[in-house]
Amino acid sequence: MSTPKIDPTLKKPASGDGGGPLYAETVMIHPRTVKGIFRTWKWAAMAVLLAIYHIGPFLRWDRGPGAPNQAILADMAGRRGYFFFLEIWPQEVYYITGLLFIAAISLFFMSSLAGRVWCGFLCFQTVYTDLFMFVERLVVGDRAKRMAMDRAPWSADKLAKKVVINLVWLVIALSCGVGFTLYFGDAPTMLVDIFTGNESSAVYSAIGVVGGACFLLAGYAREQVCLYMCPYSRFQSAMFDEHSLIVTYQDWRGEPRKPARKTETFDNRGHCIDCKMCVTACPTGIDIRDGIQMACIGCALCIDACNTMMDKFKLPRDLIVWDSISNVAAHAKGEPGKVRLIRPRTIVYTVLITLVGSLIVGSLASRATTEVKVIHERSPLYVQMSDGSIRNGYVVKVSNMVREDRGYELEVQGIEGASLSVIGGEASGAKAHLTIAPDAIGTFNVFVNAPVNKLSGNRTSLVFALREDKEGHVTRADSLFAAPEK
Amino acid sequence: MATVEKDSVSGQNTTGHEWDGIKELNTPLPKWWVYVFWATVVWAIGYWFMYPAWPLLNGYTQGSLGYSSRGELAMELDAQKKARSTWLSKIEASDTGAIEKDKDLLRYAMAGGKIAFNENCAPCHGAGGVGVAGAYPTLADDEWLWGGTLADIEQTIKYGVRNANKDTRVSEMPKFGVDGVLKADQIAAVADYVVSMANKAPAKGSAGETVFAENCAVCHGEDGSGQAALGAPALNNQIWLFVKGNKESVAAQVNNPKHGSMPAWAERLDASTIKMLAVYVHNLGGGK
Repeated sequence: MSTPKIDPTLKKPASGDGGGPLYAETVMIHPRTVKGIFRTWKWAAMAVLLAIYHIGPFLRWDRGPGAPNQAILADMAGRRGYFFFLEIWPQEVYYITGLLFIAAISLFFMSSLAGRVWCGFLCFQTVYTDLFMFVERLVVGDRAKRMAMDRAPWSADKLAKKVVINLVWLVIALSCGVGFTLYFGDAPTMLVDIFTGNESSAVYSAIGVVGGACFLLAGYAREQVCLYMCPYSRFQSAMFDEHSLIVTYQDWRGEPRKPARKTETFDNRGHCIDCKMCVTACPTGIDIRDGIQMACIGCALCIDACNTMMDKFKLPRDLIVWDSISNVAAHAKGEPGKVRLIRPRTIVYTVLITLVGSLIVGSLASRATTEVKVIHERSPLYVQMSDGSIRNGYVVKVSNMVREDRGYELEVQGIEGASLSVIGGEASGAKAHLTIAPDAIGTFNVFVNAPVNKLSGNRTSLVFALREDKEGHVTRADSLFAAPEK
Repeated sequence: MATVEKDSVSGQNTTGHEWDGIKELNTPLPKWWVYVFWATVVWAIGYWFMYPAWPLLNGYTQGSLGYSSRGELAMELDAQKKARSTWLSKIEASDTGAIEKDKDLLRYAMAGGKIAFNENCAPCHGAGGVGVAGAYPTLADDEWLWGGTLADIEQTIKYGVRNANKDTRVSEMPKFGVDGVLKADQIAAVADYVVSMANKAPAKGSAGETVFAENCAVCHGEDGSGQAALGAPALNNQIWLFVKGNKESVAAQVNNPKHGSMPAWAERLDASTIKMLAVYVHNLGGGK
């Protein structure tokens, strides 16, 4: 058996022409630092997003005595969600669904307009990876030095640098974890408790999980997350069309590429000097000149890298530029391009966002502050009393969703001559008065008595009406009254 | 014999195995995996010394921490008892009337009483005190054989009905027919009268009325409204236990009465559980 000849230095997958192995080792990517408008935008996005994330839990919002004064709080123990002037009960979690829907459609909208802006600038994976790389650069240096250190054998210097890098990463990652947990409790108290070791093991576990994920994903997994873990890169093509603005290489102008020589002019050749600055600047290690591809996260750092080179060679900028596929084709024919922002796709997304947004706002504006649930007692289903009347038991649960004591008048309607009684409460005739503590659910065991001759068979419908004392709004709950078969 | 050779791409040795020209690489396990494996081995050795691990002929190695799952359960039960003690001590110190007046105590007693009821009482009286016709009385209606006040209910739960306890409730209805106190026609007449009484239209001036007044009224009352102290049920309503409400079944009960019995729960349950049970039963709907 003869072994096929394989180049032992080959580390890239074969291009499908046979002969090479299909195996490729993962290479740690050390992107070159670039300067330019998009790099500036990325720093700005990072600063703003991290600031929002870490300042968020410390914002205060006065809700009166006894209520948490944290503006954004997911109170798991108290089963409430707070967002500034909003207070959400667990059963209203559908507001979050609406919010997530808007978030998803906004992502699609953003992508169909201007490509993967989310991936390149706003995603936490991008933000933290960028920050972690910045740490590496401070400790070791830029791309060349980092690659050299990777290749170098272990030494005291290398070990020291690796330790410093990992420690700083760990601090950032743990502060990410701490920042996350602060949204679930009173932030200033929690922060002190976390550092004095007085927090619950659940909090430390959460910090460990979130912080550990941040450390591994931003420190070691990096672009692998975008390539293999994140589903979004896989279906981005469904959001794009030929008019979406994406990071493009203007091949009509760049090709044929050729290294620049001082003795030659740029006549009869492309403007691409094949300096590979765009490749070395790329955080996912791809060549944008190969065209649109899944691994491109749209961070536009190649644009900055290329423009720097174009300026040096006194060539026009924007060989790599934010442009649409149709425009590139038009430019190739010598026609001016046209940016089309209003397209069926963007219109649909806008309509959906507006629709769901107004649904949420509408339902929040008309949000009921009282909820009543009536559970018919099944054991016993009914009881015959000594005077011949029938009695049914009910559990009435009243949610008082405001932060003050509230009184309600409970009345049973639908059966003539029905009377009710409340365990531990007072009632007269068909009415009873219930008092419920602020922001609480009152549970009442209620008995309803009804004369047999006013009932229609073994099921008679019955309505519990709850009238609030001050504002007078009425909340109703339907139930039924069970009786023996006649 | 297979020959081991070096693979040119990966730099690893092959195992020497070859199938149809495909050779198997002898790639070592990832280092992190091996390290984790050895760490678990070290951990396990530590575990042997700290926790119960090896079975011996007469027992097992105890481990230096002295841990046992039974001990852990005992600790959890102690902690639970401690957590409950604030409420239970209040229940212990109050009588049932005071418990019902205190809203928080009432809520606690209702919850605790419900659990105790489901464990001890529901097998006969049914969940929610629904009762079993012909056998066990309903506890949710407003007729009580032995009285429906809190004190009465507590007394009945504590000492039970017709059992071996010296404080139990004892009285029984005489066997009017079997013992020859009443003749068959008298029993028929009084049964007719009791049915008319239950229908709220007592047959005044009937033979049954005379028999009732002479034999029954002493316990069940002139108007048949019953007497809780003797466990004599009211007969002037439609709530029955051993009787179906017609003449035949009333006559059968007068002839040879059936009686219920109930254990004395003070022999099995502590005082605060019985208090909670009394409050719960009182609030099943019929409490007086």
